[in-house]
Amino acid sequence: MLLSTRGLSKTFAGLHAVEAVDLNIPEGEIRALIGPNGAGKTTLVGMISGRIAPSSGRVFFDGEDITRLPAHRRIRLGMAYTFQITSVFAGLSVAENVSLAARRRLRGKALQAEVDAALTRVGLQDRRTQDARDLAYGHQRLLEIAMGIVQRPRLLILDEPTQGLAEGEIAEFVNLVRDVSDRTTILLIEHNMRVVMDLAQRITVLSAGAVLAEGTPAEIHANADVQAAYLGRGSDAEAG
Amino acid sequence: MRAYAIHAGLLAILLALHFTLPAYHHGNLARVMVLASYAMGYNLLFGYTGLLSLGHALFFAAGMYGMGLGIQHLGLSPAPALLLGLASGAVVSGLLAALALRTSGVAFMIVTLMFAQAGYLTVLYFGEVTRGDEGFVIQQAQRVLWGVDLSAEGNRYIAALLLFGTCLMVSLWLVRSAFGRVLVAIRENEDRVRMLGYDVFAHKLAAMMISGGMAALAGAAYGLLFGYVGATFASVQYSIFPLLWVLLGGAGTVLGPFIGTLFMFYLIDLGSDLTTAYMLIAGVALVLLTLFAPQGVMGEVRRRFWRELP
Ligand SMILES: Nc1ncnc2c1ncn2[C@@H]1O[C@H](COP(=O)(O)OP(=O)(O)OP(=O)(O)O)[C@@H](O)[C@H]1O
Ligand SMILES: [Mg+2]
Repeated sequence: MLLSTRGLSKTFAGLHAVEAVDLNIPEGEIRALIGPNGAGKTTLVGMISGRIAPSSGRVFFDGEDITRLPAHRRIRLGMAYTFQITSVFAGLSVAENVSLAARRRLRGKALQAEVDAALTRVGLQDRRTQDARDLAYGHQRLLEIAMGIVQRPRLLILDEPTQGLAEGEIAEFVNLVRDVSDRTTILLIEHNMRVVMDLAQRITVLSAGAVLAEGTPAEIHANADVQAAYLGRGSDAEAG
Repeated sequence: MRAYAIHAGLLAILLALHFTLPAYHHGNLARVMVLASYAMGYNLLFGYTGLLSLGHALFFAAGMYGMGLGIQHLGLSPAPALLLGLASGAVVSGLLAALALRTSGVAFMIVTLMFAQAGYLTVLYFGEVTRGDEGFVIQQAQRVLWGVDLSAEGNRYIAALLLFGTCLMVSLWLVRSAFGRVLVAIRENEDRVRMLGYDVFAHKLAAMMISGGMAALAGAAYGLLFGYVGATFASVQYSIFPLLWVLLGGAGTVLGPFIGTLFMFYLIDLGSDLTTAYMLIAGVALVLLTLFAPQGVMGEVRRRFWRELP
């Protein structure tokens, strides 16, 4: 397993945001994490990436217990994290945003080349000199994704990456994730069920902080509990 | 390269002024260059890393007293005394950083302010050694560095220029380096930097030590070049000055601290001819600037003319 959690829990002032989650993601998988708003998805990946300290439980990365490692050390082990609430460097250029993400690994010409490639990949190459704050919201989301892939992580955590993207951009995004998935394990939080059904090899459904179900897209689609808790409610469910 | 050329150009102009300026302004400019070196150190932490310290006088004074006491009580010659000043600044800023960096924002301002105040009181408390408020003079004979008498006007100017040039080029190199870019990123969005795998605390610690070291070197040079060491330089005033200079000149620009220091120096110089309330003039200037050029002089230049200005 590339990533495992054991009994991972987080309590916010009495609220059980995440409760005893056991997750097992093998290397190379695209795993989707779905669940209604407030189910605890962002909190869960926050504990995996080290942004949020767990109340109890453990996190393992590549067999190693990383529960006590600070976030930056986990990132160095090969995790990358893209924020649900866009968190780019607003005052810096698009290219510098991506460069910062890549510079831990690369310098000079190689850096330049990878940054160009990542920007081209998400379609932002011709906006490279703009300040990130001047980008449209959807483009800022794409910039987040570029900052994720340019790190060439072993595990890429994407928190609602398609939120705010146009239809065409979503299709591009699906291709992009497929592309990088042959060298990167992906944990994808996503509300758009078409994207989930298209991409995920397995789906974990979170509801009220606990794992409600886990399985292949077909299994999840057929699961009555999931239908009741989540899929049944939105028109999104028609897709896939 | 263009950036280096422009900054080297300023140094060339300052060298040319050495031969042409009348004595009064020549002396002023030497002072401004040393103080601007202090401001550049401050700017690395405030302008580039986004940490507002209200306690840099502690570092300036650590350098000045490290140097001065070294000469006075240990009988050091100027070169090792300057090094001792620099080392004191690095140690003091490292210690303060280890404590203060556990806080942020207003708490960081308060913590740095309190420790600087404690430093000031320490200078007064050990009056027997430091001569307290009165301070002490460094004699001409003690100010000869490698056979060069630093109390002579011309030598002093060149020494100030060397210090200034070094700090300027180090700053320029630093802010364009990978390390410096991480500092800027920390200023912009600390959480994001952490989630890109950078050790934010270590970067801030290094930034504070480099900043403190530069401030200390300037403090040591100031004492040595102008021959006086006194507690005023450890007072809160000297923590506020670099903030004002940097704000005026442009926080987060390499040239800003010099422009701000020069501007403020002459403003106060001219102002004190007109009125005893010269700080009022400085205040008004600051208000006008925040109204019309909130990024400071060089910040405005960057915004209007050259976005890539380092
Ligand atoms: N810092 C916090 N302090 C207190 N409560 C929090 C905090 N962060 C999250 N919560 C609460 O924890 C629960 C889970 O939140 P979380 O953001 O993880 O949900 P989510 O599944 O990501 O939701 P969404 O789909 O809306 O992004 C919510 O009830 C939320 O209000
Ligand atoms: Mg969320």
